[in-house]
This record gives sequence, C-alpha cells and structure tokens, in this order.
Amino acid sequence: MFIERETMSASTTQSWTVADLRLAGGRRRTDVRMRRLFIAAGLITLLVTGLIVYTLVKDAFSFFIDVPKHELWNIGWFPRRGFFDIKTLVVGSLMVTGVAMLIAVPLGLGVAVYLSEFARPRVRRVLKPIVEVLAGIPSVVLGYFAIAFINPNLITVLAPGANKAFNFAAAGVAVGILTIPIIASVAEDALRAVPLALREASYGLGARRVATTFRVVLPASISGVVAALILGISRAVGETMVVAIAAGAVGGGLFSTDPFQPGQTMTAAMAALGFGSDQVAGDGLAFQSLFFIGFLLFVLTFLLNLLGDRLVRRVREEY
Amino acid sequence: MALSTPSKFGASSAAGLTARITSGKRDVKGRVVEWVLLATLGVTLLILVALIVNLLDRAWPVLNGRFGDFLSSGLDASNAQEAGVWQAIRGTLTLAIIVIVVSFPLGIACAVYLEEYASRSRLARLIRINVRNLAGVPSIVYGILGLTIFVKFAGGITGGRTVIAGGLTLSVLVLPVVVITASEALRAVPRSIREGAMGVGATQWETVRSHVLPSAAPGILTGTMLALSRAAGEAAPLLLVGGITGLLRTGNLSLWEQITDGGFTSMPVAIFSYARQTGADFQAVTAAASLILLVLVVVINGLAIWLRNRFERNW
Repeated sequence: MFIERETMSASTTQSWTVADLRLAGGRRRTDVRMRRLFIAAGLITLLVTGLIVYTLVKDAFSFFIDVPKHELWNIGWFPRRGFFDIKTLVVGSLMVTGVAMLIAVPLGLGVAVYLSEFARPRVRRVLKPIVEVLAGIPSVVLGYFAIAFINPNLITVLAPGANKAFNFAAAGVAVGILTIPIIASVAEDALRAVPLALREASYGLGARRVATTFRVVLPASISGVVAALILGISRAVGETMVVAIAAGAVGGGLFSTDPFQPGQTMTAAMAALGFGSDQVAGDGLAFQSLFFIGFLLFVLTFLLNLLGDRLVRRVREEY
Repeated sequence: MALSTPSKFGASSAAGLTARITSGKRDVKGRVVEWVLLATLGVTLLILVALIVNLLDRAWPVLNGRFGDFLSSGLDASNAQEAGVWQAIRGTLTLAIIVIVVSFPLGIACAVYLEEYASRSRLARLIRINVRNLAGVPSIVYGILGLTIFVKFAGGITGGRTVIAGGLTLSVLVLPVVVITASEALRAVPRSIREGAMGVGATQWETVRSHVLPSAAPGILTGTMLALSRAAGEAAPLLLVGGITGLLRTGNLSLWEQITDGGFTSMPVAIFSYARQTGADFQAVTAAASLILLVLVVVINGLAIWLRNRFERNW
C-alpha cells in the first residue's frame, strides 16, 4: 500500500485525499464521545449554580410573600413562634465577622508579609505547611475550642461581664483563627507576584527592607491584599459550625448588639432550623425562612467573592 | 573624584551628610518591624499549639480510661459513659467513598474540558467564573441544595435522609475545589508534551489519557486530597440533609440497610452533638472525638502537601 502510494505520487502530482488522513472509525468515535463527556462535566457545574439559585429563590420568594411584613422587623429571631427579625441575624453575623477580622487581619497579613518578604527560603519551606495545617482544621473542632478554651481563658478574662458559656466574641475569635490561613495565603500570593525588579530598584535607591516592603511591594500588590481581606470576610460571614456551637441561642435570639452575650447569626439560624428538622420540615413559614436567609447569605457572599476575584485577577494580569 | 561635592546640601553641610550616610547606625525601625511580623507568625503557631494541648488535656480521661470502648461505642448524646464514635467514623468513611466516586471523576473531567478542550471559548470562561464563585459559596447553602434536590426531589433514588444524600451533597460541595486544583495541575503541563503526542498522530483524547493526565497526576492527587479533607471536616450541610445528632440506634439493621435507609452521622456531626452537651464528661468525649478528626484531617492534608513537595516538577 505504502509503496503503491509512493509510486503513484511519483507519477501523478498529488493523490492524497481527506479520506486517507481521516482516523479509523473507532478511534474517532471514542474521541468524539470523550469530548462530549468532558463538555457535560463542565456543564454540570453550571447546573449546580442554577439549582442553588433556583431552590433558594423559589422558597425565599414564597416566604417573602407569605410572611407578615411587620414580623421581619421585630424583637428577635424566633422562627417557631413566627418572629422573623432579620436584623437580629444580620447584626449577629456582622459582630462575629468584625471580631474575626480583628484577629485575622493583623495575624494573616503579618504572616503573609513575613513569609513573603522576610523569611529565608528554608524557614519558609518549614513554616508555610504549618500555616496550611491551620487551614485544614475542621470548623467543629474550632467551635469546641471556642467554648472550651477561648471563652474561659480569653474573653471572660478581658471582659469580665461576658456570658460564661456562649457569646459572639468567643465565636468571632475562633472564626478569625479559621480565616487567618485564607488571608495569609491569598495575600502572600499577591506579594510574591510583585516582580523582583521592583524590589531591586528600591534597594538600589538606598531603601531598606522595611521601606521596600511597605512603600513598594505592598502598594504594588494592594489589590491582591484587599482581595485577601474580602475573601476572608466572605469566609467569616459564611462560617456556620463555630457559631452554632459557640454563640449559643439555638432556638432563637433576641435582638442584641452586645458581642459579649449569646445570640444568633444568619448561618447559625439556618443550622438550627435544619437539624432536628423533623419539627420544621414541611411547608411552614419557619421552614421557608431557611431559604430566605440562605438567599441573603448567598447574595452577600456572591458579591464579596465576585469583588475579591476581580481584584485577585487584576494583580495577576498587571505583571 | 570630587566632581560635585557640594559645600551645602539643603540645610545640612557636606560633612554632616557624609557622617549620616557612613555612620553605622543600626536599623532599629527595621528590626522592630521584623520582630512584630515574626510575632504574628508566632501567635499563629501558638494558637495551633494551644488547640492541640487543650484537646489532649481535656480528652485525657477518655483516651486513658475507655479509649477502646470509645472507639467502638455508638452515637449517644445523653450519656457520656456510653458515647462513642464508631458510627461516626463509619459514616465519615462512607461519605468519603461517595465523594471519591462522584466528585473526583466529575471534577477532573470538568478541569480537562476547561484546560484541554476549550480553554479560550466563551463557555469555558463562563464555567471558570462559575466554579470560582461556587468555591466561595458557604457550606450551609450547599446543605439547602442537598435538602431540596437530594433528599426531597431525588428522594426515590437516594432514600431521603440517608448517607447517600449526604455524600452527594458533600460531592457537590468539594467539586469546585477539585476542578480548581486539577485545572492548575493541568495548566502546569508544558505544551511540548501535548505537541509530542499530537505529532505522532494521537487524537485529543489519546493525548489527554496517555500524556497530559499522567504528567499532571501528582498535582491532581494533591488537589483531591485537599478536597477529601475538606469533606471529612464539614458538618453544616450534613445537618440539613439529615445527619443524626442525638442518638443513633442502628438496631439489627444490616450494614447495607443502614446505608440505604438508615440514619447516618459523621465525625463532625457527632462532635457537634457532643459539644452542645454540658459537663466535664461530655467535654472529654468532645475533645477525644475532635482529636481523632483532627488527626484524620491533618494526615490527609499532610499527605497532600508531602505529595506536592515530593512530586513537584519544574518542567
């Protein structure tokens, strides 16, 4: 066959056709089939988002239609008694997030700057995995740590009036610990993305390491650092188990702005509605309020993540 | 030499300026800043140490007194002496198997589509943004998805509030983690590897199967390990899809019946149930269970980090 073709091409100018170059049927079919399979896998992720939005919007909407509107602005969040005060939950979430950021921003950024700008390569190789271990701690374990260690040894010592068993502050500190590795790793990536030439230029002008770090590297990577903070906030707002364990108030909570008292957040309220949910399962308002808070939480974290993602990519594209 | 040594520069004399530049003054400010930064790292590590010491201290009565009994007892949040973790460990392992079977192939396939088949298409860009957003969705929201889709809508297949519904929910939860890490691993494979395969006449699929996936395997494996440890530590979505928190009686159901229509629990869910009880007895139980989960998760994570460092290739 091969020889024949050789002689043919010698006699005529060109006798190759598309059919000669085409794959054998079986190999082509496999290739097409696998391509379809991979596209389907990609589409499934879109389906997941679609289903999340659909389930949330559908029941959140019917909750919003059915609920007596004055119940949305009330003395507290007691879904089984028909009190759906949204501000109780939102303020609770904000307090936990605020305390968490007080802990996580200085520690997370400090770790990021140290690992990226000051640590020698060998030190960094050892320390970075340890910080990564912190990221792997399950949130239930930190929730337990909040009531067993943080509250008795830290919060009630610093604020003697604080609730001895459960409060927002202890939960917030534990959420902050969970957020440290996120802020540290995103911020460190941003700092390390700053080209060496910028640092060298700064040293060349006679600046020392501190000036180089804070006047050159940090400003150059500022959008990535801000992104780290935003992603950290998003993570803190969405954290559930720590708050469900350490903030108390399982069935509901009165409106409160005192971080040293127990109370309810958006995520903890959802967990409380969900587990032992034989009581709330069905079509009652309490059950539907689960979807309403879920929808609020989804929109909030979605906006934060979108913003954070934008900023991260800006850093990446600049250099 | 002295081309331009000014007698005065600004307000200071040349001699003063020279003295200022050449004096061996220590960089005090720099030192202080460096120490402060080092301290933040120290505090972070100290938190980790405090956590472990606290857990060991609290868990000691259980670890020392009835560890074997603790490992073999079921979930019981009313009596600390009877409380144990074997149902929880079994639940976590079953969930992990479901995640491995469902989420890993799906996530890797999605990553292959994004990186190998359609890296610049509009659909791929949409999927990429979508996956990044899914990675940031709070885990409890996935619980709502699981409750609506896997427990209610597909209840006929999953059997309602079973470990299957829980496993599927966790699979969806970690899917974005798998996709993102697998994509990164695939992106790190140099073009020349693909061109080599294509050059000898391999189809796209053959290139992926025989060249790209094997080259990216260590990175993909690292990502799947991280996803697995995330799934093992997650409790919030399981609460919504029916993870049992109080007391789990399995009676005389066979193992298969327990999986298909019995209640289920997992390590994090059990820890949550125990943590809500008061009293030193339950503190010990909670701490012991936390320690077991922590060891499990840290081992998986450590394996992932080790794999990454061991097989990291600079092409």
